[in-house]
Amino acid sequence: MEKRLHLPPERIDRARELAKRIVAPVQEFIEAHTTVTVERATLRLAGADGADADGVPVPNLVVDQLRDRLEEGALKYWVNALLRTGEGVAGLNRRVADGLRVSDLPLADPIALEGKAAELVSACTMRVRGNRTLREERLGRYAGKNHSPLLYVIVATGNIHEDVKQARAAAEQGADVVAVIRTTAQSLLDYVPYGATTEGFGGTYATQENFRIMRAALDEVVEKEGRYVYLTNYASGLCMPEIAAMGALERLDMMLNDSMYGILFRDINMYRTFVDQKFSRMINAWAGVIINTGEDNYLTTSDAVEKAYTVLASQFLNERFAFAAGLQPWQMGLGHAFEMDPTIRNGFLMELSQALMAREIFPEAPLKYMPPTKFMTGDIFRGVVQNALFNFVSQMTGQGIHLLGMLTEAIHTPFMQDRFLALENAKYVMNNMADLGDEVTFRHDGIIVRRAQAVLEESIAFLEKIDATGLMPAIEQGLFADIKRPRDMGKGLEGLRKKAENYWNPFETHLQRELGL
Amino acid sequence: MTTIIRPYGDTLDDGAVQLSFTLPVPFGPRGREAARLFVEKLGFRHAEIVHAAPLSEGFSFYVAYGRTETSIDVDTIHVEEATGEKLYSMNEACAAIRARLGRKLVVVGACTGFDAHTVGIDAIMNMKGYNHHYGLERYQEVEAHNLGAQVPNEKLIDYAVKVNADAILVSQIVTQKDVHIRNLTELIELLEARGLRERFVVCAGGSRISNKLAVELGYDAGFGQGTYAEHVATFLIEKLGVRS
Repeated sequence: MEKRLHLPPERIDRARELAKRIVAPVQEFIEAHTTVTVERATLRLAGADGADADGVPVPNLVVDQLRDRLEEGALKYWVNALLRTGEGVAGLNRRVADGLRVSDLPLADPIALEGKAAELVSACTMRVRGNRTLREERLGRYAGKNHSPLLYVIVATGNIHEDVKQARAAAEQGADVVAVIRTTAQSLLDYVPYGATTEGFGGTYATQENFRIMRAALDEVVEKEGRYVYLTNYASGLCMPEIAAMGALERLDMMLNDSMYGILFRDINMYRTFVDQKFSRMINAWAGVIINTGEDNYLTTSDAVEKAYTVLASQFLNERFAFAAGLQPWQMGLGHAFEMDPTIRNGFLMELSQALMAREIFPEAPLKYMPPTKFMTGDIFRGVVQNALFNFVSQMTGQGIHLLGMLTEAIHTPFMQDRFLALENAKYVMNNMADLGDEVTFRHDGIIVRRAQAVLEESIAFLEKIDATGLMPAIEQGLFADIKRPRDMGKGLEGLRKKAENYWNPFETHLQRELGL
Repeated sequence: MTTIIRPYGDTLDDGAVQLSFTLPVPFGPRGREAARLFVEKLGFRHAEIVHAAPLSEGFSFYVAYGRTETSIDVDTIHVEEATGEKLYSMNEACAAIRARLGRKLVVVGACTGFDAHTVGIDAIMNMKGYNHHYGLERYQEVEAHNLGAQVPNEKLIDYAVKVNADAILVSQIVTQKDVHIRNLTELIELLEARGLRERFVVCAGGSRISNKLAVELGYDAGFGQGTYAEHVATFLIEKLGVRS
């Protein structure tokens, strides 16, 4: 793509260099630690699943038994229990749910443990690789059938079976990506519920069974329509890596997955989040999942004109954290949003400028562009126009993943007809002006070019400040989104462990090898 | 006096109304006729389906126009809003606080329960405000504490006691399955159980909250769509001014 904003390459390099320096010390911390959910995710990859009579998931039962031995890695005790009981994975799940204490069994010979673990890693790899292959095969078979950018809709009924109806309808109408919004409470649960669910507020629980139900339903539409439909969920909150593991096993295609969102916007402890995001991203990288980062949230809490630089700075940081976890550029759905006050003179030019800026700075990333939300009102008629302008910018600047704006954004979770109207709006605008972007160049000294250059410079200044302060102190001081998060506060800190000398996690080792880390 | 009105299209009393809706029937002549009959059954004359489209196998979408005979006598309507016609601007509010309270007005706000949507409380409290209406943080005579999202009711009360608040503002955006009603009710019950209900002016806000609903739930006032910081400040000043 031709560069039209004349952004100095050395300044972009400077921003990347700063991001690298900012993230490096955090990576050192991450390497030295594990968390309860990293351990549970590992167990899930090894086949731990199910729940006891009270609904406590098997991975939680195992981790809770281990307490201070968790720092050695939970998998050892799981593998040991398989050897000691002679059970298969399903049998052991039942025994643990019935009360078996894997922590009480004497440890087997290390070589036997290694051997059994290698079997589990191999079985999981077969399944995840199979999912990747199937996705790639379908994408190849139906190449050219998806929209560009991908049209992304959400379903949020709270009932997985109702979600299926809405998702199928949206996919049949042309949606390329369906995200099942999670129930509002789930990000703060330190476990992943088990089984199909029909009750949720503002969304549906992410469970492995719900993933399976939705995947199967969408696969039917894939065959019927001859177009791949990407399934999306949220590897965020207190169970980031577990959700990533479930997604890898059930062939989800995208995951909302941000390196700092939980810290800032959910008050999750920063140590916990940094460790969790790394392992979750390694799993996503391995499973061929595209992550979607959460920069749009900076603009719903702060002003989109004044704070545009925080979005770009966060994109650089998210990119660096993603590289460090083995994600490839094509998997980095870096986020941003169309959130300026619609009454601002030339606001559209600034939105266009910033969207194009992100495109030029991250040329290979499937940028995730979020629609207007903050300035959507009960005036659904104006809402249609706002969404049309958003669709225009997205198409003209070649965004990757386009979350459709709903005319009823400010009123309710989408009706079936709202999604339909959003899809019609996007298809009309994007088809009608398909190649306009290639026809247009911008004045060197014009509003659009100058805006992008100014935002880049502000981002560099901001990154310099964070580099001088350190990332964790910067978060403590409220440099991001004006939200202060002390490092020893926030949810989930009690789930952090320093890895012991003899920490053992063959899945982590396998992923590191596969990802070249 | 009576003033009888009907919806206005292009002629007085033509009763013209625009509707759009989805029916769980396949797209086709039967669906279209079902939509027309439905609009007629609502009481509209000249029901006309001006647009129909398939949504998925078993669903279809309609845009309709109709004319209604139904009328309303506006003179018999009684509205209970938290604030009357008189609204203080930011500067007027600050002057009124100085004059009537003689100290800063202390306001604590939060989005409670599991609700993670701070857009409402931010619009009222954050410095920047919303739609060119500054938030309470900007008011020189207001000490504003915005606790953000997912704050448990107990914590909110503890905090209000700690900073000796005059008022508590609670925002609830997520209303699925009436979770907001439970959350809002719980706050009032907790305040009453601790003997603190009369100590604070307590207001609820959110896109689906009305003053009527909030008052029914035991709040002093409720604020819905179109509320700015001025509305909340005006109400608090009137309420506290009367008290002191």
